[in-house]
Amino acid sequence: MPGITREEVAHLGRLSRLELKVEELDHFAAQLDEIIGAVARVSEVAGEDVPPTSHPLPLTNVMRPDTVRPSLTPEQALSCAPAQEQQRFKVPQILGED
Amino acid sequence: MTVTEDLVSYEDALAAFDPVMGLEVHVELGTKTKMFCGCSTELGAPPNSQTCPTCLGLPGSLPVVNAVGVESAVKIGLALNCEIAEWCRFARKNYFYPDMPKNFQTSQYDEPIAFNGYLDVDVEGETFRVEIERAHMEEDTGKSTHVGGATGRIHGAQHSLLDYNRAGIPLIEIVTKPIVGAGAKAPEVAKAYVAELRELIKALGVSEARMEMGQMRCDVNLSLRPIGREKFGTRSETKNVNSLRSVERAVRFEIQRHAAVLGGGGTIVQETRHFHEEDGSTTSGRIKEEAEDYRYFPEPDLVPVAPAREWVEELRATLPELPRVRRQRLQAEWGISDHEMQSVLNAGAIDPIVATIDAGAPADQARKWWMGELARRANESGTELSALPITAAQVARVCALVAEGTLNDKLARQVIEAVLLGEGDPDQVVEQRGLAIVSDDSALGAAVDEAIAANPGVADKIRDGKVAAAGALVGAVMKATRGQADAARARELILERLGVQG
Repeated sequence: MPGITREEVAHLGRLSRLELKVEELDHFAAQLDEIIGAVARVSEVAGEDVPPTSHPLPLTNVMRPDTVRPSLTPEQALSCAPAQEQQRFKVPQILGED
Repeated sequence: MTVTEDLVSYEDALAAFDPVMGLEVHVELGTKTKMFCGCSTELGAPPNSQTCPTCLGLPGSLPVVNAVGVESAVKIGLALNCEIAEWCRFARKNYFYPDMPKNFQTSQYDEPIAFNGYLDVDVEGETFRVEIERAHMEEDTGKSTHVGGATGRIHGAQHSLLDYNRAGIPLIEIVTKPIVGAGAKAPEVAKAYVAELRELIKALGVSEARMEMGQMRCDVNLSLRPIGREKFGTRSETKNVNSLRSVERAVRFEIQRHAAVLGGGGTIVQETRHFHEEDGSTTSGRIKEEAEDYRYFPEPDLVPVAPAREWVEELRATLPELPRVRRQRLQAEWGISDHEMQSVLNAGAIDPIVATIDAGAPADQARKWWMGELARRANESGTELSALPITAAQVARVCALVAEGTLNDKLARQVIEAVLLGEGDPDQVVEQRGLAIVSDDSALGAAVDEAIAANPGVADKIRDGKVAAAGALVGAVMKATRGQADAARARELILERLGVQG
């Protein structure tokens, strides 16, 4: 069984921009370990002859013609935005001063 | 704000180190719609007017790949002498940054649609083969505007504003294998590669590849290794180097910077760097994330792309003559030197000249006008040659008028000027401005008589047999007729009047 370390949880937290408390690191490490362990059991039953599956349907080459379809109006597009300015989505500061 | 970096001279850097480059070029395809949805890709639309649930990443939406996007990718792959995957998938590249509302970019990871190719480029008469690692399909990001920082840059901004019209526009990313062995020519090889790639993309008709419009963007990876060592050094990645000249400058700058760090006993940090157009320098950006931090995984919402071999061969058969082959053919046909051909290429004159020849002009005449008068005027007005308001057919007509003797070069220049001013076709201009050569003897005769009368000394010399002196009288006739006289006929008349044999 692969063991998820609290350092790995902290790293994932950083990548997802989630602020995790110290006690949460251990909590999530244990939970994630359990989840991954459960999923890993699949590879125990899959033999050499079973390739990893990313798509359950045997479909390929589903494409659409290069034809314009109506877009949302800017009002519709922005209707769920928590904040907007100049008809644009307004987001918090991306990087701090450094 | 630019931190002054220590540099060593280019010559000193090359004396101690061997540069290794990797170039990543993003090409925005010229499709009508985005890569995975039917939103328009038209430029200049109001912010957020070309989005839909799919490109905004709203729950329940499903992407479907653009058929022309896939076809363009295959064409690019074939033109770059790549193998085309028999089966490949898209992958999600996960990162937390608001330029993609989905929180991931749909890209390809370990299964690119095209791989293992090459592109030959010419540098100062020498052919250099740049090997292609891969070309894969992905999508562009939205446009951020940073508000509140002193310089409008991301650093120090209070908040950012996002326009997602560009998010989802098809991109093809073309990645070279490490380019080794270019030595001191590395900056020129990099520039020549990007230039050749741009010509290729344009010839394929899959994008206009205008770098100044961001339709083609280059990232420059560079590392140095001590001369004689096999192992590559640590590289830096300079992002968004967006003109041919900048590609050359960025490579040169990074060679000098790396050499200074390494020569001083330091180590190069693997990082992304920002290029500064003003002075050609680069400055440190973020420390590069590891590939595993992107947590790539196969895109479950898109089914695999499996280009049938017959279809690939059909596309191969439709490929146009590739730009380098075409240039070599034209150069041979026109009988000009490498240097002259390079000038034609640099002036962007190949297509106008070919079109003018197709419209009936002799090659040397077409070349003469486009590389002379027209290049000069394009240069003066700061426009591209192809953007001048004169057609190839009009230039060809000017050539024909000169050939049939209606115009001389001086008059032809005036006709071209008038056409550029919007006064109509060459024939109209000749008519309206009364520019045709005067060769009719009665009209010319008067001017000749005047010239002889006004220059009795010269006339005597000619009578005495100094035929060469006739040039002065021809000049006087040309002046009197404001350049419209048929010089050869004027000379004949002068000699005739003075009773001398030409």
